[in-house]
Amino acid sequence: MKIQETQTQIKEVGVAPFSLPLRKFRQWKTGLIFVVLCISAGIFLIPFIWMLSTALKSPAEAVSNDIHIIPETFVWSNFSNALKAAPFLGYVGNSLIVAFFAVILTVFINCLAGFAFAKYEFKGRNVLFMMVLSTLMIPVQIIMVPNFYILKELEWLNTYSGLIIPRAAEAFGLFLARQYMMNIPNELIEAARIDGASEFKIFTKVVLPNVKPLIAVLIIFTFMWRWNDLIWPLIVVSDKAMYTVQLGLAIVKGEHYINWTILMCLTLLSIIPILIVFLLFQRYFVQGMANSGMKE
Amino acid sequence: MSSLASWYQKRAIKIAPYLFIAPNIILFLVFMIIPILFTFYISFHKWTILGKPEFTGLENYVDMFTDKVFWISLWNTVYYTVGTVPLSMALGLAGAILLNRKIPLRALFRGIFFAPVVVSLVATGLIWAWMFNPNYGLFNHMLSSFGIEGVNWLSSSTWAMPAVIITTLWVRIGYCLVIYLAGLQAIPESLYEAAEIDGANGWQKFCYVTLPMLKHTTVFVLVISVIYGFMVFDLVYTMTNGGPGFSTTVIVQYIYQKAFVEGDMGYGSALGTILFLIMMGFTALQLRLGREKA
Repeated sequence: MKIQETQTQIKEVGVAPFSLPLRKFRQWKTGLIFVVLCISAGIFLIPFIWMLSTALKSPAEAVSNDIHIIPETFVWSNFSNALKAAPFLGYVGNSLIVAFFAVILTVFINCLAGFAFAKYEFKGRNVLFMMVLSTLMIPVQIIMVPNFYILKELEWLNTYSGLIIPRAAEAFGLFLARQYMMNIPNELIEAARIDGASEFKIFTKVVLPNVKPLIAVLIIFTFMWRWNDLIWPLIVVSDKAMYTVQLGLAIVKGEHYINWTILMCLTLLSIIPILIVFLLFQRYFVQGMANSGMKE
Repeated sequence: MSSLASWYQKRAIKIAPYLFIAPNIILFLVFMIIPILFTFYISFHKWTILGKPEFTGLENYVDMFTDKVFWISLWNTVYYTVGTVPLSMALGLAGAILLNRKIPLRALFRGIFFAPVVVSLVATGLIWAWMFNPNYGLFNHMLSSFGIEGVNWLSSSTWAMPAVIITTLWVRIGYCLVIYLAGLQAIPESLYEAAEIDGANGWQKFCYVTLPMLKHTTVFVLVISVIYGFMVFDLVYTMTNGGPGFSTTVIVQYIYQKAFVEGDMGYGSALGTILFLIMMGFTALQLRLGREKA
């Protein structure tokens, strides 16, 4: 007690004479940091602004040597022209179907398996979990050749099944689900069991309502991965009617004479859904990344 | 409860977990474990996906050693990784330190730096390809306002890779920043107070408190970033498609090229196997560095 008091005294005495300049210094420093952050944030925003600017310029203005950020005239018809130039809405539809069902399937099976790994004792549990975990670092790029063959044999090429099902089992999702569900008190599960609930009912009625933040993170990340994915659709899909947004964008750039106004319109449209999800759920994105950071 | 019901429930507890993990494990087996083994197997064969694989022993691997493009793509991948990882980590850490304090609009800044991470790499590649357009792009325009004459970025075998690297920095700095910020927030304030009592200045606090406490985070970010670097595909595919020449051809793209464009599945698998071994090496390194820390 005495020592503490003395220390506080020392601290006060030690700091007091300098407190005024120190505070001034701190304010000055915070101001400087604020300015540095503003400049950096501005630099980070430039590509977004450039995209928006080009999307709204007339095609002639976009390729004039006199470069303005703010278009001379806002040409809103660029968007309808862009949608006419490429069957983009079809790609959006495909991506939405894939993302929607992938989210449901991924969340469901990873939560289910995570629950089993977290709350049941069974033979082979550790071996199986380690097997799944060891694939956490193995990106799909390495196994695209055999997967193409397997999908071909299943006749899943150019199908929604081929786009959705193979990647539903996510090592990241399973790992996160298990971690999270280990915190559910066993008493809660036991109580439901005594009430005569079946094991599956325990999962749907007791476990799932208690892991809402987990479900939110899984939904957001699954949506982002599926919406942004290029390489899997590139392997699975060759039929234009089945193109996803990313595949469509990548191909549009390669195939046609590049009209940058149209391309930037389509790019802008393609990132709006994910930016909306991001703005609404920024907290979950950051949490999920910080917890795992596994995938892009 | 009747004994029959209790017997039934005990059985259910035994069987249920297997049913619960079944969908997941089956998908893992079919689309992950089997493909990995299959990649090894095919890498010793000549195969065009249509006929039967024809066993050729180590031929694919021998070919690889004399295949100039393989070495170029490996070198490009290393170049890309070395160009992106240290810079994105250093700038991400710097940003995290700036943001790890009470500052107005903190969440907004974090959101802006992180936004490129959630945008698809295809969209990123398209936006930056247009930024780098030699005549009408904003990048050269900005350079010229500083009196620097721009180059023909994506059509130059010298400058295409730096352009892809700059684009990647835009994406990766925010990612590193967010992970580092989480790491910084986990450092107990008391350590800084103790250092202050010992008379440490800001720089000393950074060297003797912040950096050592971030070691674990740094190992994590480093390994993830290196793996990311070795897996790069989308950006290169949309920005340069590997060109001009082979100047931006990276290893994943070469696998794609060999297996899916040229139909040489055996060679593609051999390349995949090499990439797999490299990945295993990095993972082992992470485990080892992680253990040293503990």
